[in-house]
Amino acid sequence: MLVATDNNNAMLSVRNLSISVGTAGKRVVDELNFDLASGDMLALVGESGSGKTMAARSILGLLPAPLVTTPESTIRFSGHDLTRLAPQTLRAIRGAEIGMVFQEPMVSLNPAITIGEQMAEGLRLHRRMSRAEINDRSLAMLERIRIKDPGKCLAAYPHEFSGGMRQRIMLASVMLLKPRLLIADEPTTALDTLVQRDVLDLMVELTRENGTAVLLISHDLGMVSHYVRDVVVMREGKAVEQGNSSEVLHAPRHDYTKRLVDALPKRSTGGSRAASSGETLVEISNVVIDYPGRRRLFVRTEPKRAVDGVDLTIRRGETLALVGASGSGKTTLGRAIVGLVKPSSGTISFLGKAIAGDRSAEAHRQRRDMQIVFQDPYSSLDPRQRIADIVAEPLRLDTGMDSRKRTTRVGEIFEEVGLTPELLQRFPHQLSGGQRQRVAIARAIARRPAFVVADEPVSALDMTVQKQVLLLIRSLQERYGFACLFVSHDLGAVEQVADRVAVMQDGRIVEIGDRDQVFDHPRHPYTRSLLDAAMLIDRRFNDGAVSRRAAVQ
Amino acid sequence: MIARALRRPGLKFNMLFGVIVTGALIVLAVAGPWIAPYDPLKLDLPARLSGPSAVHLLGADEFGRDVLSRLAGGARTSAWIAFATVIFALVIGIVFGVLAGFLRGWVDRLIMMVNDAFLAFPGLLLALGLMAVIGASREGIILALGLAYMPIVVRVVRAAVMSIREREYVEASRVMGNSEFITMGRHVLPNCVAPIIVLATTMFGWIILSESALSFLGLGVPPPAPSWGNMLSTARPYISQAPHLIILPGLCISITLLGINMLGDALRDWLDPKM
Repeated sequence: MLVATDNNNAMLSVRNLSISVGTAGKRVVDELNFDLASGDMLALVGESGSGKTMAARSILGLLPAPLVTTPESTIRFSGHDLTRLAPQTLRAIRGAEIGMVFQEPMVSLNPAITIGEQMAEGLRLHRRMSRAEINDRSLAMLERIRIKDPGKCLAAYPHEFSGGMRQRIMLASVMLLKPRLLIADEPTTALDTLVQRDVLDLMVELTRENGTAVLLISHDLGMVSHYVRDVVVMREGKAVEQGNSSEVLHAPRHDYTKRLVDALPKRSTGGSRAASSGETLVEISNVVIDYPGRRRLFVRTEPKRAVDGVDLTIRRGETLALVGASGSGKTTLGRAIVGLVKPSSGTISFLGKAIAGDRSAEAHRQRRDMQIVFQDPYSSLDPRQRIADIVAEPLRLDTGMDSRKRTTRVGEIFEEVGLTPELLQRFPHQLSGGQRQRVAIARAIARRPAFVVADEPVSALDMTVQKQVLLLIRSLQERYGFACLFVSHDLGAVEQVADRVAVMQDGRIVEIGDRDQVFDHPRHPYTRSLLDAAMLIDRRFNDGAVSRRAAVQ
Repeated sequence: MIARALRRPGLKFNMLFGVIVTGALIVLAVAGPWIAPYDPLKLDLPARLSGPSAVHLLGADEFGRDVLSRLAGGARTSAWIAFATVIFALVIGIVFGVLAGFLRGWVDRLIMMVNDAFLAFPGLLLALGLMAVIGASREGIILALGLAYMPIVVRVVRAAVMSIREREYVEASRVMGNSEFITMGRHVLPNCVAPIIVLATTMFGWIILSESALSFLGLGVPPPAPSWGNMLSTARPYISQAPHLIILPGLCISITLLGINMLGDALRDWLDPKM
């Protein structure tokens, strides 16, 4: 492990930082050391529970209740030890000297206050400025981040903007005070690939202009290596490896870092499986799905077209990935196939029979042959049921099964998805995210369906867990031969499981083809921009990342 | 599960207090006539308005009836009325609330239209009107107060159902092939339990108070039968001579409400697998 040397021109210097639960409890951060020079960038990388967020929060003195820094910790920031400052002195530093951008743009802006008010808040608090001056500064900043019609934006409320826009606004309002240090806690994790890159580029630009140092917190080693030179890899509160990001990526020394690098998306070997041979399982033709407009006092607003004339066939046993940015209609299409959304026109047929909108018992029975795995394993399992009951539920519909047979079958499925039997009697909240997603998969395949829709099944999971779940899906598919529609914005994940890829933009499919062909020779410009933004490591790391880092430095 | 719940320090007290008070209320309501030293209707005119003494442990009221015996008898009336009213309001409210929240569309619009019309009337006024038609009797009070409180239950249940029906586990149940009815019973309703319990225990308190308000207006439990509410209202003219006649039933009402609310809190946490 590289021990940070004492660096006199370091603006932020963290020594022996430990954070414990209560004064004597378990340590969530253990003996962390790093330096950050003025204008530099450093990333703390780790999975959930590694303590990276708590380490960053302790710099601002924002640790949640039972957590405290231990007495031997020091956080030196331009001459002060932040762990020993009085609360009011620390308040003068927060915002003015150290700014912070949070992960979830949907909740980090106050929905009841206009954008202008929120941007002005920091300036009013820390700088003596007149109202007009604040207004001018805010306008200039919004112009700077290329927001259309900045005047209107100041008077608007957060809900009028998309996630990416909100994150830009958040960034702008923090950078308005020209802080010397910006802490960005997973600033783009909640955003989709294209927007993610926009926001990160903007962050680099703004901080570069003002000479602001950045402490970036992320779980995504691949993304980090594109932007940041120095990384600290954390696991269970300890820094397991620190150093130059491309060295860490290419020659990881610690076992855990090796696993992390190994989990980065790589193309599954063997290429796409022979796909053309299978019989047609699902056929979608000319499907249009409209969401009805909101009802105002007297009139309805225009309906929103989510899916606009899509044709698609899915063959037995293959994995078709449906890729696109958020709002492209990919999730809606997946939900329409399993019958959760009714198409406005067009037909969806399963094994040659039209099923869309058909409420007959026959269609109902056929629909049981297709299942869905949702994105968020936290909300897709009933919190009041035990795991055993959740997995057994689809089997209850099978009249030929008594409760003993069901129990045996649940045990089998449980083993297949790689879970230990003692979890069966637990409740969903007692399981980790990866375990829950395995339970959701177990529930979906319990009746051995012919077709499974996987709606962003790994995007809520940690990198190493993502990899395991993707491997699980692929191996279950090999065993049971079900076809899968893999809906995702994450090209890294898609590359690992898909046989064919369909790219969706604004409700239309713009490109479809075999995985290797789409990834290596994209034809549509939208596919190209998606691929470019995805920052896939093994392809473009050496030239692309280095040149991007060179461009920003 | 109980052992786990009892290990939580805050909860332990809540649960203990709630269980003791509610238990005491139930014992009083069931075994009151055997526990009480006198018949609650028996007059002892020389002792009227007297304070606590060896003969009348908690004193006697304006007709010389034993206060302790009347409190015990009142527990029976009040607890029975409140309990029956809560159940009545809950059953009707949950049925309509779930229908409205789950089916939406015209069913929802119709139910909510009627419900809002009910809500637009002050609850007590509505009960008063109904009582005037039905006449003052225990069953009348239960019916009137039940209907007066039902719209709140409908609102709360509908809101809970509407938020739960959008969860992914509800959709998963549909995709699985479960009928709407099973989905509702197995996944939606059990997850609405927390707000319903909180509402039910709060309502219990409101109803005891409303019943005393009705008694006060002469439409409650008809005298001479005792209820905490009518004891409170009939004692009003004697407030300066015999304050215990007001204080004691008032205290009974307050402690009962506190106990039942604490029990409700404890019950809600206990039923939540996450706690």
